Amino acid sequence: MNIQFNDETFRDDYSFKNSQRAIDRFPFPFHEDSYMYSVNMEQHQGGPVDSVYEKRFDVDEHYVSEMRDREMVLADDPLRCQSLPHMTLAGWDLLELIMVSKSEDYPELFELHREGANWHWINKPLGIDDRFVFMDDTTLPYGPMEYITRQTQGDFCVLDQREENLWMDAGIVTTQADWSLDFDIGMNFFEWHAPVPLAHEKGIFKRALKFLLNIQQGAPARRLNWTMTVNPLLDTSPENYHKWGVQKMSLTPQNLAEKQYLRVELQTFFRLPRSNALVFPIRCYLMSFKDIVSKPKWGRRLHRVVRDIPEELATYKGFIDNRPMMLEFLSRYDDGLPTSFGVWPDSHTEPALIESTS
Amino acid sequence: MNVPAPNSTAPKLTGAEKIDVTITAIVPLNDLVTRFEFKRSDGSLFPTFSGGAHTVVEMQDGDRKRLNPYSLMSDPANRETFAISVRRDDEGRGGSLFMHNKVKIGDPMVISYPVNLFSLDLRARKHLFIAGGIGITPFLAQIKQLVRTNGNWELHYSCRNASLGSYVDELTQKYPHSVHIHYDDEKDFIDLENLLHGQPIGTHLYVCGPKGMIEWVRSTAGAAGWPTAHIHYEEFLAPKPGKPFAVRLAKSGVTVKVGAHESLLEAIERLGVEAPYLCRGGACGQCETDVIESDGAFMHRDHWLEDEEKALGVKIMPCVSRFEGKTLVLDR
Ligand code: HEM
Ligand code: FES
Repeated sequence: MNIQFNDETFRDDYSFKNSQRAIDRFPFPFHEDSYMYSVNMEQHQGGPVDSVYEKRFDVDEHYVSEMRDREMVLADDPLRCQSLPHMTLAGWDLLELIMVSKSEDYPELFELHREGANWHWINKPLGIDDRFVFMDDTTLPYGPMEYITRQTQGDFCVLDQREENLWMDAGIVTTQADWSLDFDIGMNFFEWHAPVPLAHEKGIFKRALKFLLNIQQGAPARRLNWTMTVNPLLDTSPENYHKWGVQKMSLTPQNLAEKQYLRVELQTFFRLPRSNALVFPIRCYLMSFKDIVSKPKWGRRLHRVVRDIPEELATYKGFIDNRPMMLEFLSRYDDGLPTSFGVWPDSHTEPALIESTS
Repeated sequence: MNVPAPNSTAPKLTGAEKIDVTITAIVPLNDLVTRFEFKRSDGSLFPTFSGGAHTVVEMQDGDRKRLNPYSLMSDPANRETFAISVRRDDEGRGGSLFMHNKVKIGDPMVISYPVNLFSLDLRARKHLFIAGGIGITPFLAQIKQLVRTNGNWELHYSCRNASLGSYVDELTQKYPHSVHIHYDDEKDFIDLENLLHGQPIGTHLYVCGPKGMIEWVRSTAGAAGWPTAHIHYEEFLAPKPGKPFAVRLAKSGVTVKVGAHESLLEAIERLGVEAPYLCRGGACGQCETDVIESDGAFMHRDHWLEDEEKALGVKIMPCVSRFEGKTLVLDR
């Protein structure tokens, strides 16, 4: 796969865009015409060729620009990256996992050469060529977690496992859906999930935690989560709410198709070998409503999901005020025909939209 | 069930991933304990693991398949060889006897990926290890890991007598200041109360050994005011033989007779019904199964269910627990 990296921004002039390939492989999160929280987890052992599920750490056309955006966020706010002292070993585990995975999965982009503890890492897209001693912190410009996650798309939470719980004791978080690492650092699974509506009552977090505690080496898992974002903005953090919150009010029926984005998180879970910690990469994919409705099935389905989603969820996800405007747009792409089961666009079998005459 | 990417399968719950291995060394250590070393059959490297992890070894003993967990005792950074040490149990259900009597160098075997239910708390300022007998094995790997990262640790290891002290010489030679050996036949017992009293703040306590020892260490530390989060223990229960009993598996629509020398989990697997597990020793919670109907008495032997749950008789851990009575129907 020869990836053309975009030169684009996720702020100010928002020059972010998705190519046709990116649209085709977008991880549309709804497998049916409605949505409710559930323990939606499955194995992360590959997926269809060229899908975002295929590789352990998906690298796409936004890679270089996303890393540039992360650098800017970190320069403004160093607390977006934190690691409690006992998490350094987990940081090395993560560095090894990512370097080994990327050099095996994308040999034309990344190379890792190891002679004992002397490692040589080449990252061609970012122009990095570094030699360092594995497990020796003094030989890297940053701690091991920060070093490798400045070169990997998506946020990362590194969870310590003890007392039958997971603890958010390290992470790098610059592309989040309105939550703060600085606030959550040191919290356990139930504490950091406290703001989520309905899911606690349904016992979802209890079951999810049980599953996570038992994730084993060599058997990673994944799930999808989603929300809505106005403008292709990666850093929707509480710290910067004053900057992006107001943009939600800039939505108009005229600009909605291009300005309103469905934001999907591909969340994966890997057990780390030396530390027995769990790493939770959260990879964010953005797609405008305009691009979504280019797939008839996705347009029909998104309309039905947004229309029927419980108010609590629409409020928590922050789009309750704009929902009527979204529905007005999306309803034009829902002719009432049934949709096929599953997340794939089924472009060849799904009927084209019957344009309404009214 | 929500399925984000419908073409892939649901998470595998029946045990960890498997590795094909070949036995490369069999080293008797004393009358009871033998070390077995494995290499990967395809010549590739093992995954690294964290000290305290175990592997589940599959033993094909005639037409019976046994799966027993053993702590990995080799150096976690050694990716060429995995090693376990097995204590022969003449009264047990035969897993250790199979390893001791039937396994030969060059034999192919299947083991699981490392699973850690007894990991170090890396926040600890100091790790205090208490081992009894074969309970030394997880500590051997943890010590190697801590030595590499300059961790602060101390081991108190209690054995029946000098001739049964597996790895005593190696430990005392390499770490004379950190290792303390106690022999029962010399009436040399661990002075636990004083030992606990002298520990710096931030010490974590780990114990692995016979049931009685684990209870003694936990209760002594608890009475001395140690927070439970600082007390770690691992006890793998081997399933115990018992009276045969019948169980109906409601979802699968079959009835199975559990033999005297097999566990309920093994009987379920024998019928080809998929059942989740990880530790097969009553510790991980993975095999928890709902009881739909019962008329009789449960022999709960796991460390997983709460006492109230055990009393209610609505759940059972089939890896180690049994049943005696008229009817048992499980949601499996
Ligand atoms: C250990 C890994 C995980 C981490 C670090 C994590 C972290 C988070 C965080 C920080 C939030 C935002 C909470 C807020 O509003 O402040 C969140 C939301 C949520 N999490 Fe998790 N989570 C993890 C695993 C899971 C799993 C396995 C599930 C499975 C059910 C889950 C379900 C949810 C749900 C349903 C929400 C609400 C999301 C929304 O509606 O947008 N999480 N999680
Ligand atoms: S398999 Fe671990 S408790 Fe039964």
